Amino acid sequence: MPNGSSLTPQSTVDKALSLARPGSECVVIAQESSTANLRWAGNTLTTNGVAVTRALTVVSIDRRADGSAGVGTVTRTGLRPDQVEDLVREAEKAASDASGAEDVAELTGPDASIRSARSWDEVPETTDFGIFRGFAGDLGTSLRTAEAAGRKLYGFAEHEVDSVFVGTSSGVRLRYDQPAGRLELNAKSADESRSAWDGVATRDFTDVDVASVEAGLAQRLEWQTRRVDLPAGRYETILPPTATADLMTYMFWSAGARDAAEGRTVFSRAGGGTRVGERLATVPVSIYSDPHYPGLECAPFVAAGGSGRDTSVFDNGLPAGRAAWIHEGVLSALHSSRYSATKAGLPVTPAVDNLIMDGGTGATLPEMIASTKRGLLLTCLWYIREVDPQTLLLTGLTRDGVYLVENGEVTGAVNNFRFNESPVGILSRLAEVGATSKTLPREWGDYFNRAAMPPIRVANFNMSSVSKAS
Amino acid sequence: MNGQQIDAEFTGLPLKQLADAALDAARQSGAAHADFRVERIRGQHISLSDGNLQNLSDSDDSGLAVRVIVNGTWGFASAVDLTPEAAAAAARQATDVAKVAAAMNTEHIELAPEPAYGDVTWVSDYEVDPFTVPAKEKAELLAAWSRGLMDHPAVTHADARLLQVKECKFYTDGATTTTQQRVRLHPQLSASSVTDSGFEDMRTLAPPAGRGWEYLTGAGWNFEAELAELPEFLAAKLIAPTVDAGQYDLVIDPSNLWLTIHESIGHATELDRALGYEAAYAGTSFATPDNLNRLRYGSPVMHVTGDRTVAHGLSTVGYDDEGVAGQSWDLIKDGVLTGYQLDRRMAQMKGFGRSNGCAFADSPGHMPMQRMANVSLQPAENGPSTDDLIAGVENGIYIQGDKSWSIDMQRYNFQFTGQRFFRIRNGQLDGQLKDVAYQATTTDFWNSMEAVGGPQTWVLGGAFNCGKGQPGQVAPVSHGAPAALFRNVRILNTAEEN
Repeated sequence: MPNGSSLTPQSTVDKALSLARPGSECVVIAQESSTANLRWAGNTLTTNGVAVTRALTVVSIDRRADGSAGVGTVTRTGLRPDQVEDLVREAEKAASDASGAEDVAELTGPDASIRSARSWDEVPETTDFGIFRGFAGDLGTSLRTAEAAGRKLYGFAEHEVDSVFVGTSSGVRLRYDQPAGRLELNAKSADESRSAWDGVATRDFTDVDVASVEAGLAQRLEWQTRRVDLPAGRYETILPPTATADLMTYMFWSAGARDAAEGRTVFSRAGGGTRVGERLATVPVSIYSDPHYPGLECAPFVAAGGSGRDTSVFDNGLPAGRAAWIHEGVLSALHSSRYSATKAGLPVTPAVDNLIMDGGTGATLPEMIASTKRGLLLTCLWYIREVDPQTLLLTGLTRDGVYLVENGEVTGAVNNFRFNESPVGILSRLAEVGATSKTLPREWGDYFNRAAMPPIRVANFNMSSVSKAS
Repeated sequence: MNGQQIDAEFTGLPLKQLADAALDAARQSGAAHADFRVERIRGQHISLSDGNLQNLSDSDDSGLAVRVIVNGTWGFASAVDLTPEAAAAAARQATDVAKVAAAMNTEHIELAPEPAYGDVTWVSDYEVDPFTVPAKEKAELLAAWSRGLMDHPAVTHADARLLQVKECKFYTDGATTTTQQRVRLHPQLSASSVTDSGFEDMRTLAPPAGRGWEYLTGAGWNFEAELAELPEFLAAKLIAPTVDAGQYDLVIDPSNLWLTIHESIGHATELDRALGYEAAYAGTSFATPDNLNRLRYGSPVMHVTGDRTVAHGLSTVGYDDEGVAGQSWDLIKDGVLTGYQLDRRMAQMKGFGRSNGCAFADSPGHMPMQRMANVSLQPAENGPSTDDLIAGVENGIYIQGDKSWSIDMQRYNFQFTGQRFFRIRNGQLDGQLKDVAYQATTTDFWNSMEAVGGPQTWVLGGAFNCGKGQPGQVAPVSHGAPAALFRNVRILNTAEEN
């Protein structure tokens, strides 16, 4: 371990497991994270920083004669090697005090099918401020370019690497190193009446061209020189991939098996059961997760520090492979733990930390604009919140550029709107689905930035009221 | 300062030795200013589903942080090892970051002056440290409450959760050294009813509070009473008619109004937002500095304060994360914008003279930024009761409890729902409604406020999870509000919006 500690995360996991009470069951998760960030506003730097964290989670399982089991979970950061035993004892005490866990099961055993890019023994990857050495110079050039042209740039760049090591008393030893990064760039006119945004998800910043992103935003600001005021109402609307991602990601998060089976979500069937097998989309789109999707790779196994509605500490080490949530327009799976899958009467399908939507025509966003007679083109959505779980009605705002498209061309910038829409309802009103590409979800990109989505054309998108925000 | 002591485990750390190592290294590396924090944040999360334990997790997050100014540019670094070597290394790293970042900085950072307070301590106002109460006892209480809800025929499912936090923080900039501890709790129970035609749910109105375990055993809230009436409210909501969309007068309970205050006043009066520092993320504010002492934010009955001092407030502290003493001040007086929430940098930049103490970092891994004070709507002295406010409405809705919320990036257009909506006809409540949301523009809404209730209607609401900044930080914050009467507000039918 870095910073003077004498144990690696792997040996910490092994040590904690070896310290567990003889005959007891235990899950140990070691996490190492490093991050670096830069933030700027009005063409100047505002904040920055680097941080390293190291956390150890011990999940102790206290099996009882009646078949029940108490579970105690304790997580601590910055642990010294001589404190590992204290943590194990704390978890054991918590487990013995706990009433029976509802998701009690046998711990998962090793699974040879799980592929990992690195072996258990390799040192964790890290990042630091050096990741920005090339990017910082390019950003400085873009800030000066914008200043000279009378534009203001605002934004954020972050890179992080999270390494997780999972060991269990049932023999599981799995690790995953997850790099993630993003650039968010917002350009405004000098009087701040016009605003444009773009975002890039990246694994290492080698593929980030800040000058190109800035040039694209400059063009968007030019599109906004003609202003058109439109009232609230229902409009044919083109959502770019980032906006599609924000809506579909919320739907994905709401697609848990347990709540659906209990009759508490939009995926519940009236009278009992779930809507799995029901057609939701009129066009053959598919929405799925795949831990091996190129460029969006993520952990192919379950690492759960605590149990929840559709996660279980007993599933640590369970394979989490490709999962088709909606296949060619039909609801095909809901995410689950072994426990919630049993309750719902569905196959076990762990959630995976990425989301892909495809199955469209392959049209690009410019091609979709060109084929539009009259409609709105959005940049992104913001402040998305659930209004009604029964329909998954969401509300939120358009942000940083709404454009009027007439006869295949952008003819002006429109005021912002508050929308009220359900992603499930949108699936039933898809008029066109374009080519899928990797994208950064504007709203959820802080903690969910592995998405590949198409632009979509939605009939009668509900713009509930006008927002004065610019 | 109450009778509680700061945890000996925290004060037993070599805090001053770590600070000396960090501040010395920062000075030697060229820092004109350096401040240093050590934090230990303990958390416990308990959740139950239908009375069965779903999750019991404890967390214990410790670390140190160094913030420097080198040639007018910020630099920040943190570490998890609480050793002098790690503290000095973090200080050197922070100065290195500042030097790299200087190429992109055009604003020379200066901090508003603050008196030196020497070596001071502060502990929040609580009686029983929740981390001294056995987890089993907590889970059993939540299980008993859950079973009580499920005994009612209208309740199909009951969910319960309890979040608890104890935050120990050491800060020094060389002139002021603070050691502080605060405790907070958020218990939540909800009941759901599933029928062949759909489902409804309803959550307790009990707010999160800067209190100890005594909060669940009778101090500050009567959980037994609230849980006893919750199933009947849910049963009535199940058979309630859907609302007719249109314009209504609203009487809004503090259990709902706190969130509207948070979104449309709290965030709108953060100076860093008003100056554009959050423009790419959380957004800006329509209440820009040129509007100070001029903008008619609301009706003349509107008096809003910011404070970091109210008892049991989630944002209450002795000193902020820049060593500024906790204060209380006006944000809106007689309906006019009169103040902002400040940190030392913003206060100096815009000539306010002194910060009002709103700097906060949510963890040792993050740099402090301006975060929200307790922002509260003040009651009217000798003002009306909630019943009196309802009596003044011919055609309206009485709203209790928060649920869905959303507001635009300049804090103009908002939409809120709630837990319970009661029809008001001719000054009397006339059963519940469902599918209700209210939507307005901030200044229109607050200018439509005809009356605020008296002190007897005032309740301190709030949240643990106010988000802001990049990298994202969460902050706990309270908002006090009386019941209040608003005229002619737009009501949506959410079922028709789909």
